[in-house]
Amino acid sequence: MNDSLVQLKNVNKHFGALHVLKDINLSVGKGEVIILLGPSGSGKSTLCRTINRLETIDSGEISIDGKLLPEEGKALAQLRAEVGMVFQSFNLFAHKSILDNVTLGPRKVLGKSKAEAEEEAMALLAKVGVDSQAQKMPAQLSGGQQQRVAIARALAMKPKVMLFDEPTSALDPEMVNEVLETMVSLAKEGMTMIVVTHEMGFARRAADRIVFLADGEIVEEATPTEFFTNPKSDRAKDFLGKILNH
Amino acid sequence: MSFGEQLSTLFSTYNVFEAFWANVQLTFWAAIGSFVIGAILALMRISPVPSLQFIGAAYVNLIRNTPLTILMTMAILGVWTQFQLQLVSDFEANFFIYAAIVLSIYHASFVCEAIRSGVNTVPVGQAEAARAIGLGFFPAARHIIFPQALRGSITPLGNTLIALAKNTTVATVASVAEASGMMKSMIEFNSDLIFLIFAVFAMGFVIIVVPIGILTTWASRKLAVKR
Repeated sequence: MNDSLVQLKNVNKHFGALHVLKDINLSVGKGEVIILLGPSGSGKSTLCRTINRLETIDSGEISIDGKLLPEEGKALAQLRAEVGMVFQSFNLFAHKSILDNVTLGPRKVLGKSKAEAEEEAMALLAKVGVDSQAQKMPAQLSGGQQQRVAIARALAMKPKVMLFDEPTSALDPEMVNEVLETMVSLAKEGMTMIVVTHEMGFARRAADRIVFLADGEIVEEATPTEFFTNPKSDRAKDFLGKILNH
Repeated sequence: MSFGEQLSTLFSTYNVFEAFWANVQLTFWAAIGSFVIGAILALMRISPVPSLQFIGAAYVNLIRNTPLTILMTMAILGVWTQFQLQLVSDFEANFFIYAAIVLSIYHASFVCEAIRSGVNTVPVGQAEAARAIGLGFFPAARHIIFPQALRGSITPLGNTLIALAKNTTVATVASVAEASGMMKSMIEFNSDLIFLIFAVFAMGFVIIVVPIGILTTWASRKLAVKR
C-alpha cells in the first residue's frame, strides 16, 4: 500500500470559531477501503467532502494520484470527475430519468456519444440491480434503489476513488442491506473507497482500515479486528461502548 | 342610443383590435427580451463571482425601484430627443422598438428575481451532485439547476408576464398607438360613453391576461419536479 492515491497533509478547517478538522494526515492506498468512524460532529463527513473540495480547507494539502487538488475552475471539475461521490440524500437529478442521470456525466464531461454512454449506463444499472427502472424518474424509486442508481452514476465516470458520505443513513432499515451489498461487491473488485458510515457490521466486513475521528482529530487508525476488539484510545472505547452495548 | 348602437359607434369609429394588437405585440417582444436579460442577470446573481453578483444586484435594485413611466420618458425624451438615437428609419416602428426595449429592461429585473426564487426551490444537493460528477459552473447551471429552477419559477414568471401585459399601456408615453392611448382619445371625443369605454378596455385586458394565468397555473402543475 505504498503508492498512495489520496493524500492529506496537515489539513485544517474551521467553521467560524469551530475547529472542525485539526491537522489531519491521512494516506489512502490504491484499492484500499477506508472507513471513517466517529461520533456525530467529529468532522468525518466534512473530511470526506474536502477530498473533492465540496468543502474548502483553510490550510494543508490534499492530493489525488499525485496531483494537488486545484482550487477552482476547469482543473477542479476535471479532478472531481475522477472522484466518485455518493451522498446521504442520494441527490439524483430530480428532473432527469434514471438512465439520463447515469449518462449525463459521461456525455457532458467525458464527451462520450449517447449510444456509448447509454450502453455503459445500462450495464452499470444492471450491475447494481436497477436496470429495469432505467426509464423512470428518481421520485418513482425507493430510497435503496435511488442510492444504487447514485452509485452507478458515480461509477459511470470511471473514478479512481469513491467517496461515500453516510450512504445508508437516510434509508429505511430494510433497504440498508441492498446498498451495503453493492458497496461490498465494489470493494471486492478493488475500488478505492473512503466511507463515512454508522454501519458497524459493514465496517468490520469491508474495511481494510478504520480511521476513528473525534473532535476533528484522527484519534486512532487500525484494522477492523484490532479496532473493534482492542481499541487503544479512551475516545474509541467510549464510542464503541455506546454503540455496541445494545 | 341603445347599448348596441353605442358599442357599434365605438367599434366603427375606432380600430380597437388594432390598438390591442399593439399591446399584444409589445407583450410578446418584451417577454422574450426581458426573459433573456433576466436569465443572464439571474445567472450573474447566483454565480460565485462577487463582481458579477454586485452588477446583477445593482441592476435589479436600480431598475426595479424606478417607475416604468420615468424609464419610458427617459428613453424617449433623453435618448431619442437629446441624443437623436434613431433605432430604425420608420418613425412609428422606432417608437415601438424603444417601448419594447424599455419594457424588456424594466421587466428583466422582475424575471431575474422570479428565476432566483425558482433557484431557491432546487436543493443544494443537486448542485453538489452536479459538481461531484465534474460539471463546471455553466454546464451544471444549464443541465441541472436552470431546468429545475425554471419549473419552480413558472408561477412567479407568469405573474411577471401578467404585469408586463398590463404595463404595455405605459408605451403610450413613447407615442406607441396602443389601447390606453386610444382610450384617452375615445374619452375625449365620446365622453358621454365614458363607462362603456372603460368597460371595453378593461375587458380587453382581461381577455389578454386571463389565459396567461390559466396557462401558467396548468404548466406549473404539469412540469413540477417531483422530489
